[in-house]
Amino acid sequence: MKLDAKTPSGPIAEKWSKHKFEMKLVNPANKRKHTVIVVGTGLAGASASATMAELGYNVVTLCMHESPRRAHSIAAQGGINAAKNYQNDGDSVHRLFYDTIKGGDFRARESNVHRLAEISPNIIDQCVAQGVPFAREYGGTLSNRSFGGAQVSRTFYARGQTGQQLLIGAYQAMMRQVDAGGVKLFTRREVMDIVLVDGVARGVLARNLVTGELESYAADAVILATGGYGNVFFHSTNAKMSNATAIWRAHRRGAAFANPCFTQIHPTCIPHSGDYQSKLTLMSESLRNDGRCWVPKTPGDQRPPEQIPDDERDYYLERVYPSFGNLAPRDVASRQAKFRVDEGRGVGPTKVAVYLDFRDAIKRLGEKIVSERYGNLFDMYEKITGDNPYKVPMRIYPAVHYTMGGLWVDYNLMSTIPGLHVLGEANFSDHGANRLGASALMQGLADGYFVIPYTIGHYLAGTPLPKVDTQHEAFRAARAEIQGGIDRLMALKGSRTVDDFHRALGTIMWDQVGMSRTDVGLKKAIQDIQKLRSEFYEDVRISGEKSYINPELEKAGRVADFLELGELMARDALERKESCGGHFREEYQTPDNEALRDDENFCHVAAWEYAGQPGRTNWNRHIEPLSFENVKLATRSYK
Amino acid sequence: MASANSKKINLKLKVWRQKTREDAGRFEEISAQEIPVDASFLEMMDIVNNRLIKEGRDPIAFDHDCREGICGSCSMVINGNPHGPERGTATCQLHMRKFHDAQEIVVEPFRATAFPVIKDLSVDRTAFDRIIAAGGYVSVNTGNAPDANALPVPKEKADDAFNSATCIGCGACVAACANSSAMLFVSAKVNHLAVLPQGEPERERRVLRMMQTMEDSGFGNCSNTGACSLACPKEISFENIARMNAEYMKASIKRRD
Ligand SMILES: Cc1cc2nc3c(=O)[nH]c(=O)nc-3n(C[C@H](O)[C@H](O)[C@H](O)COP(=O)(O)OP(=O)(O)OC[C@H]3O[C@@H](n4cnc5c(N)ncnc54)[C@H](O)[C@@H]3O)c2cc1C
Ligand code: FES
Repeated sequence: MKLDAKTPSGPIAEKWSKHKFEMKLVNPANKRKHTVIVVGTGLAGASASATMAELGYNVVTLCMHESPRRAHSIAAQGGINAAKNYQNDGDSVHRLFYDTIKGGDFRARESNVHRLAEISPNIIDQCVAQGVPFAREYGGTLSNRSFGGAQVSRTFYARGQTGQQLLIGAYQAMMRQVDAGGVKLFTRREVMDIVLVDGVARGVLARNLVTGELESYAADAVILATGGYGNVFFHSTNAKMSNATAIWRAHRRGAAFANPCFTQIHPTCIPHSGDYQSKLTLMSESLRNDGRCWVPKTPGDQRPPEQIPDDERDYYLERVYPSFGNLAPRDVASRQAKFRVDEGRGVGPTKVAVYLDFRDAIKRLGEKIVSERYGNLFDMYEKITGDNPYKVPMRIYPAVHYTMGGLWVDYNLMSTIPGLHVLGEANFSDHGANRLGASALMQGLADGYFVIPYTIGHYLAGTPLPKVDTQHEAFRAARAEIQGGIDRLMALKGSRTVDDFHRALGTIMWDQVGMSRTDVGLKKAIQDIQKLRSEFYEDVRISGEKSYINPELEKAGRVADFLELGELMARDALERKESCGGHFREEYQTPDNEALRDDENFCHVAAWEYAGQPGRTNWNRHIEPLSFENVKLATRSYK
Repeated sequence: MASANSKKINLKLKVWRQKTREDAGRFEEISAQEIPVDASFLEMMDIVNNRLIKEGRDPIAFDHDCREGICGSCSMVINGNPHGPERGTATCQLHMRKFHDAQEIVVEPFRATAFPVIKDLSVDRTAFDRIIAAGGYVSVNTGNAPDANALPVPKEKADDAFNSATCIGCGACVAACANSSAMLFVSAKVNHLAVLPQGEPERERRVLRMMQTMEDSGFGNCSNTGACSLACPKEISFENIARMNAEYMKASIKRRD
């Protein structure tokens, strides 16, 4: 397998403009003749569908949700970054580029990250023009807040519902194209396979989630914007339907999977409290603008928080990271919370939590301003826990939140399968080993509004694409294979539910492939996952019918894929014998417990090629070396 | 503290079961045993479903995704109230501590001609997407936007727009309305865009087209009871409807001229 990143030559700040000029164009009359499939209607998919249809392409958009507006992006809370420098606090494209590279612990491709930073201001312009109601100052200009890993205020937000407002903007732009006929929209369709003709992506196979029918869609190019795979862990902040199926099936057809082990564990989530729990709820990072993290200084201190005086509290982030304080990046803040709990200083009934306290902010700003900034988050917290965070500090703990890994893509966002492009959280491209807060929304919209509309034209104009329709043998073969898989699952009639298996996988992943990883633990995880997978294929029980809406069957297919992906994540973590960003190997740490990178041996992207046989997983590991010409490769410090 | 609460309750559910769109449907009595009071309503449904599967019965179909009250997927009528008894709360954010031991709970889908049942508690709300497609947007192609701060928008206006834009498109307003009207949903979008300068150029066309599509989709008329706003998990203000009516009047008169 050849990994050619196709990075344009020239100085970093000129690469994208130069590339835009050099790329081939499809003339307006010919655009109509090209059909492009977009899978997913989150920020990445909806923005891509809208923009390509505006340009004149025939867009066929599929999503598994009942409505495109329900995509998981809707749940993003805190904000979106952009190098606007509206606060005049020294921000610039270069600083956002620098912060993102450093935040990612030097495991992202410089060229992609720079393009992202360059595009970021256009995103805000576009969203405002669409009517996205961002927070504003009394003078009518846009407000900003700060997010972790940055010392400037560059985060734009719409109360605690930024993802909702951005997604509604992209959704509306796309629905306008649906009305105009440029986008043909198919909802409640789950893409189960990518169809290749002569090695080139030419369509998809989808299950109609209402009728149960398998449907074929043919096109000149396929775009996956299907989101992240954090639900491998069962408990995560992701929406319940978020899954890896589309990218995993693409991986099995030849798309390399890059850095699968790079998982973001978010420091501030409502802690786990019981077996019945179906998901974990995020408390946005924006809360760390005003909330202070602490635990009691004495292990086992049983007093209620308000009775613990200040000098007996350990504001540990402020203590360990005086220059970033509570705004230390996520991987760092999560690990510190874990250390405190491991020291026996955890709080609350389970002792697996730390405090996030707004007492001082309320004193300083008053309840009204605090509620204006975070009201909906405080309400959500109270609904779930029954506690009022205006009165008692929140209890929080890290939880799986985001996956930096994903399908490998080149500078044009094309995977190792020609014609198959990957956008948003589903690709691996911009965040290295740790994503900075408010940068996923930025990346999804950059990919969809401003990158793919150009690069897709370059691909279509430069590739001979013989006519292919859904009668082609490749569609028939894929359909038979998928139908066979469904029949096999339905026939099992075992004794354990899909959720049972999913929870068991989640426990293995969290214990061994979670916040801290070891050689022994990862090897054990691989064995345990393999064992669980064979049990799944003997003992899973799916009720209902295959020929009508059947949420259990849907879940079963997704969990089957997680059971393979989980193994690959463990393998990737095992092979990466260093610590970087969210990947923390206990064997590789500095004396003060910070991640110890090994640039000599691991300054690269690991891209895994699927080489399994039916019933047996196997992979080949390839690498894309990373070079840092514009940001000096240095130890990351937030002290 | 809440999460220390290990209290469990037992409940008698009466759940709407309907195999297909065409099926007549009926209530089925299902017991929900040993439900932790800290569980959400949907987690209670998960527990029940897991038992049904183990007993070889068909689990109850329902829509859900974010479980954080923002995606608008969950859609149950609980004891006669869309999203249940707690104000400003979607089903997924409703917790079992709001119920008591041995309580009977009736669970039905959102009912409206425009929202046909697909199975059990899962309904088809694509009519809402059609209404948005008819005009719920600002026509601005990607790449045509001026600098975001070029056009200042007073904070009050931005906040006003936000308050309408916070609608999650769940359809509780329709389910709550005796006439199955979608006026609250439509007016929230119309006002979101009408108060912003960016929405100005298409103001009239937007309200006319969206209202027309609403009518064509089989939603009823508004009779001003305000039930929609009371059921709304985002507490979208009833005032939106009056404001939209004014918009609509203005637009109709102008278009006739
Ligand atoms: C609770 C929470 C809060 C967050 N807050 C922030 C924040 O404040 N700032 C920030 O920058 N980032 C935030 N993030 C991260 C960010 O929201 C996501 O990374 C981003 O929205 C992903 O967008 P996407 O378009 O790639 O995918 P998604 O929004 O996940 O969309 C995936 C789409 O793919 C479809 N799909 C998936 N599989 C299939 C299939 N097989 N067939 C058909 N369709 C399929 C789905 O229907 C959906 O339309 C947050 C994440 C979470 C979990
Ligand atoms: S599941 Fe998303 S709003 Fe209830």
